Amino acid sequence: MKQISLEIGSGGRLMQEFIRDKIVRVFNNRYLKPLHDAAFLPEGLALTTDSYTVDPIFFPGGDIGSLCVNGTVNDLVVSGARPEFLSLALIIEEGIDMPDLEKILLSIKKAATRSGVKIVTGDTKVVPRGQADRIYINTAGVGRLISRPQPERINPGDKIIVTGPVGEHGLAIMLARNNFRMSSKVRSDCAPLTFLLPLWKKGALWMRDITRGGLATVLSELADRLKHPLLVEEEKIPLSRAIRGAVEILGIDPLYLACEGRALIVAGEKEAAQILKYLKKNPASRQAAIIGEVQDRIGRPGEALLRTRSGGLRLLEPLTSELLPRIC
Amino acid sequence: MTRRETSAELFERFRSNLTIRTLLKAIQREIKPLNRSLRIMEVCGTHTMTLHRSGLKPLLRETGVEMVSGPGCPVCITPDFYHEAIIDLVTSRRNIVVATFGDMTRVPTRKGSLQTTVPAAGSEIKIVYSPEEAQELARNRPDSEVIFFGAGFETTIPAIAFTVRQAASEGLKNFSLLGALWLIPPAIEAILQSGEVTIDGFIYPGHVSAIIGQQAYEFVAEKYGLPGAIAGFEPADILLGLLSVVRQIRQGQPTVANEYRRVVTFNGNQKARQLMAEMFEPFEATWRGLGPIKNSGLRLKKEWQSFEAREKFRLRFEAGRPHPAGCRCGEVLKGLIDPVECPLFARSCHPDHPLGPCMVSYEGACLIEYKYSSGAKRK
Repeated sequence: MKQISLEIGSGGRLMQEFIRDKIVRVFNNRYLKPLHDAAFLPEGLALTTDSYTVDPIFFPGGDIGSLCVNGTVNDLVVSGARPEFLSLALIIEEGIDMPDLEKILLSIKKAATRSGVKIVTGDTKVVPRGQADRIYINTAGVGRLISRPQPERINPGDKIIVTGPVGEHGLAIMLARNNFRMSSKVRSDCAPLTFLLPLWKKGALWMRDITRGGLATVLSELADRLKHPLLVEEEKIPLSRAIRGAVEILGIDPLYLACEGRALIVAGEKEAAQILKYLKKNPASRQAAIIGEVQDRIGRPGEALLRTRSGGLRLLEPLTSELLPRIC
Repeated sequence: MTRRETSAELFERFRSNLTIRTLLKAIQREIKPLNRSLRIMEVCGTHTMTLHRSGLKPLLRETGVEMVSGPGCPVCITPDFYHEAIIDLVTSRRNIVVATFGDMTRVPTRKGSLQTTVPAAGSEIKIVYSPEEAQELARNRPDSEVIFFGAGFETTIPAIAFTVRQAASEGLKNFSLLGALWLIPPAIEAILQSGEVTIDGFIYPGHVSAIIGQQAYEFVAEKYGLPGAIAGFEPADILLGLLSVVRQIRQGQPTVANEYRRVVTFNGNQKARQLMAEMFEPFEATWRGLGPIKNSGLRLKKEWQSFEAREKFRLRFEAGRPHPAGCRCGEVLKGLIDPVECPLFARSCHPDHPLGPCMVSYEGACLIEYKYSSGAKRK
């Protein structure tokens, strides 16, 4: 490949390869190498960063402001860290309306307050018209570790939990662009996952926020790290009515649509029951469900499998080609 | 008053485990007296997708039905020379906009793919979702020549015809069509005539049939004595179709059954057929894998020639170029081999780096096999 294609940024396998071959090889060090959502630093600190280029910048259920806080906060939460401080870097295209910018800043403030993080440093750049699309934002987040993910302790029989209906962010963005000339009630699920932090003390072995590539990609990447295959039941995966209808019309697999406020959690059978009880009490995760388990009878190591509604088995592959660029 | 059923709930009835198990049992009962397993071709790529996505394929195998994928993926059967001609044009001429469907841009040829092509100054390759969107581009960019490069079967062709007619009535002079437009019945006949594949019956496409109707396949039963059924795209739809095919075999009465009556009629969509006949004429088109087939492609009639990109830009089609060494897409398209039998499958050819179009298109048998089948590959 001589030039960068959009697919490198899709969150799928091409991006994984790019990061491994082009990034990790150059900067190789022990903090970078594990490629977690956040780096584990000395003194019990976790550091993560993310850039936001979502198009459109305002969408049903959120905007680039709430997204740039929640996305970074969530990366810390699923790494076992309580988010504390955020940096904020704005790259602004000349000519953006001041009220829009103010709206975004306000939304950043609201989201930060909600997650209990402080914006403590930042940067502002303005580029000439046409050299960026309205606004891009980068945030970095520092958190304090309260636990560590323990994928090595995951065993057959352990349960897989999803914290709510999937696919809403991806579909909300897709429809907001109006390429399909179709409207729907779908709103982005963009929200902080800080309410999951106590679960690290309730036996969660592993967590991951479900973003680009959707539930299928997260499951497939987890399976790739484990010695045992994963099996989830299509019937148990929560989907909102609006999503169900829209994906049928558009012919999209909802398992590959992004979320911005949902996570996948793995825990032992007993702990999973308690975790589910906890999640169901929280309004943000009332529809949480145990959707499957780690297998030792069905499938092969490295595979994530889906038992379909019809009773058949199929493989869940990571997302390969881009559904839609610039969803976050 | 009962609550109105939502579309999603309606679909779920066609997928439920109970429905599927009941239908599988019924198929099994019909097969038993035959004392052999059956090979049924699903012609349409979307059926291939349903079979894999729902996990039906292995369940059917246990029941005694081996499903064989047919040539029903328009991106897959479009030969490389279409892409190569358009790549030559967009790299050498200014102010050309090639508007095409997403998966068309990823098809690898000896001149690269549209995705990796660097267009000449002022020229561009745009992904569109419909021919109307390409036409809209032409309206908004009067200084560019917009070419809609579209591949499709009878399902897509009427919409394309409509766009061209619309462009003509508007006097939209900077819009033209490079159509890779294919007809399903001649392809089925070509497969049967070649005698290379053993097939016990067909599952006919659903949406293609909505246009051409049940009547289009009668020759298969009459001339070749083979059973078939038109089916919809839900798992239960396909099983209903299969149940009918198996029953026809057991009773020795081949016919064309319509198991997609909520959409398909005997004569199809008259308006769409008229529109196609008004604007297009059949010609001997060359299919990837199947080669030249009489009356199997459509091209614009003489009076619409000013919208024919091939004429307008003197595109040169150089047929007969070899595939990448070892790629067996052609045999996959004829149902001669399963994707896993190709030596490139999941080795040098995978979705991130496809060597043939069957690994590119969402309806391509290789991509579908790769994505959905447990144990089909190991990295």
